[in-house]
Amino acid sequence: MQVTPSETVSLAKYTPEVRQQLFRYVLQLADTSLILGHRLSEWCGHGPILEQDLAMANIALDLLGETRSLYQYAAELEGQGRTEDDLAFLRLATEYQNPLLVEQPNGDFADTVVRQFLFDNFHYHFLQQLQTSPDERLAAIAEKAWKEAAYHLKWSSEWMIRLGDGTEESRQRVEKALANLWRYSGELTTPTATEQALQSLNLIPDYAALLPAMQAHVAKVFEEATLPVPAETYMQKGGKAGRHTEHLGYILAELQYMQRTYPGLKW
Amino acid sequence: METLELTQEEQFQARIDADMRIEPKDWMPDAYRKTLIRQISQHAHSELVGMLPEGNWITRAPSLKRKSILLSKVQDEAGHGLYLYSAAETLGASRDQMLADLHSGKAKYSSIFNYPTLSWADMGTVGWLVDGAAILNQVPLCRTSYGPYARAMVRVCKEESFHQRQGFEIMQTLCEGAPEQKAMAQEALNRWWWPTLMMFGPKDADSPNTEQSMKWRIKRFTNDELRQKFVDMMVPQAEFLGLTVPDPNLKWNEAKNGYDFGEVDWEEFWNVVKGNGMCNKDRLGARVKAHEEGAWVREAALAHAAKRKQRAEQEAVQQVA
Repeated sequence: MQVTPSETVSLAKYTPEVRQQLFRYVLQLADTSLILGHRLSEWCGHGPILEQDLAMANIALDLLGETRSLYQYAAELEGQGRTEDDLAFLRLATEYQNPLLVEQPNGDFADTVVRQFLFDNFHYHFLQQLQTSPDERLAAIAEKAWKEAAYHLKWSSEWMIRLGDGTEESRQRVEKALANLWRYSGELTTPTATEQALQSLNLIPDYAALLPAMQAHVAKVFEEATLPVPAETYMQKGGKAGRHTEHLGYILAELQYMQRTYPGLKW
Repeated sequence: METLELTQEEQFQARIDADMRIEPKDWMPDAYRKTLIRQISQHAHSELVGMLPEGNWITRAPSLKRKSILLSKVQDEAGHGLYLYSAAETLGASRDQMLADLHSGKAKYSSIFNYPTLSWADMGTVGWLVDGAAILNQVPLCRTSYGPYARAMVRVCKEESFHQRQGFEIMQTLCEGAPEQKAMAQEALNRWWWPTLMMFGPKDADSPNTEQSMKWRIKRFTNDELRQKFVDMMVPQAEFLGLTVPDPNLKWNEAKNGYDFGEVDWEEFWNVVKGNGMCNKDRLGARVKAHEEGAWVREAALAHAAKRKQRAEQEAVQQVA
């Protein structure tokens, strides 16, 4: 099946194989927003400034909203009667496909800002293109989420600049965070086999095509932040294939606690 | 004219008696200002500290829908904190000073948040009972004599009543669910019932500030009046849910058209006020930690703003030259 961008398609028209690939991919997107939203929500009540407590909760809520739309779509693509909650709460750690970046711990505020900036820079540019996907549902989800992602990227870019061009301490902290987290940024734009298959069908954006805009934004923000762009480094990957860092297990222990303790109940 | 003979204080009281609002630039007695700063900042601190017991369940919420609702509720509380700190600032208090008073233990916050949240049903109970009690305390404040406080409270109360309905709905879902869910709801009610009755403060006879606050219309009902109202409102709701209120002395009194109820454990009340509640140290500790660990972030933001300002000024000078 070859789809050109001018056509729109809905799930009824997919072959079982494409449908399965799309299911897997939509889960990956949902897991990504879920886990990052989870991490951000851990800040709630503990932020460095009340206004930033609000801002982080806001971003977490946007991501959670996106998560729900994606799991709902994934459940339809799968067609096995599972619900958004079954997919979010009742899978094994190896079945979660979020990239490693988003499961990294909050650390200090600089770690959170850097993690967010690296993700937002991808998320924003990715969603911008996903809006033109011939898949109607993905395009609609992307349209809503892209507007939110624009605000997220503004927030994290501004904080990169404040911390980079703030005090000596803030600069050291943001540099330390970059030294740790930069190695997780490459996975965002490294396609898996599933992503490659969907890219070849033009159902999802080609990540290589996103890179110039992403790099330009990094260059602009780092210049204002008076930070050097990190040198090329070995990029970690594995999350999108279900091979995670040690952190995910603890996230799931909390996330899944109620659903695992009380199977099958309505809340 | 007769009004010319009134002192400033009498004119002030006359405005209050006529139900006119006092605004930031109006003259007001020092004691009125102090009482309001104390009350509004305590209320703001309660919103801030109140984020912690509910924040405790965000990462463990049992469904995505409940997680969103809970996170958004806790976020609303942060928002309430902001409006209230701003209202207190109109009286000349600074947020830094108010926070310093919270962190040193000089300023109080609502004792209810010194109780732990131990099960998911606590998210229902806190919304239903604690927000229910807060609403009874707060709705009269929408008509309080100080304008900025009254206006902040209008917004706060709208959101609080939404929270209360959500809390009740969590309880209803639990009570209509499996036996272990209903047991969870009952267990939570058993723990929260008495502490929520304490939220209305000491008995009128032991509440030294009530009389003056009523006169200034900062307060419009006494503690005991509100506590009675709360019991009368909540008992039928508990019955509707099929839950048992943990008070053997609870009994309908036809003559007073309200419930008679048992005596609050005032020793526990004063102990929690004095800092001996289960979570006093943890709650305050978490706030102090957030503040101290956030110091470098606030400093960086200020330093960056100063650099920007300096650069803008330099550019302006260069343009003129």
